[in-house]
Amino acid sequence: MRSQFSRRSVEVRVFLLVRNAIEVQPIIDTIQKPEDGALVIFEGVVRNNANGKNVRFLEYEAYESMALKKIEEIGSQAKKDFDIRDIAIVHRLGHMEIGECSIVIVVASAHRGPAFDACRYSIDTIKQVVPIWKKEFYEDGEVWIEGAK
Amino acid sequence: MSIRILFFASLADATGMRETSLDTVGFTDIASVFNHFVHKFPSLENYRTSALFAINSDFVSLDTPVRDGDEVAIFPPVSGG
Repeated sequence: MRSQFSRRSVEVRVFLLVRNAIEVQPIIDTIQKPEDGALVIFEGVVRNNANGKNVRFLEYEAYESMALKKIEEIGSQAKKDFDIRDIAIVHRLGHMEIGECSIVIVVASAHRGPAFDACRYSIDTIKQVVPIWKKEFYEDGEVWIEGAK
Repeated sequence: MSIRILFFASLADATGMRETSLDTVGFTDIASVFNHFVHKFPSLENYRTSALFAINSDFVSLDTPVRDGDEVAIFPPVSGG
């Protein structure tokens, strides 16, 4: 019988919505295991321009309970569809400056191919179905972005 | 006997509210709920073909029935990531 006190036997689930800066290394430390031969890390960062306009900063809003549920579903689906060992997805909400990280995905697997594929699947699907919205603030106004590019 | 309604992003701006509730009586499906708010906030008509709908955190369509106690969310296409 598996001891509930043995950390090694407990699968750590890392699907989070956070409001502070995302630190990548603790996410890696949480999911990486000796049997992994590949870690694929995707960071989405705040860009200083969009559609020819200068972006000053962004704000992200979410339907938090549904967003977390959808992120968990995407993580579970990635583990079913690709030969990976584990995946972590952390999305930040609120105010973000240029260059800051809005999302981190870490995929751990024995080999690189499935890790790249699962990471690509996850970020693309997040942009389609997770109820989170980005508002871009320019020199002369602000606009809600609707739909993924 | 009520339905909890949530609006997000530009739809929260268009309605001037993030959350409200409706008496269940008279509302049969998502379309009837959406039409109620289009009547109150005509600019919502612009979202008729693009808005997304969820009941209790699952995506649904305009013809999905609504029931007492449901949490209905109405929002624009998502742009996270």
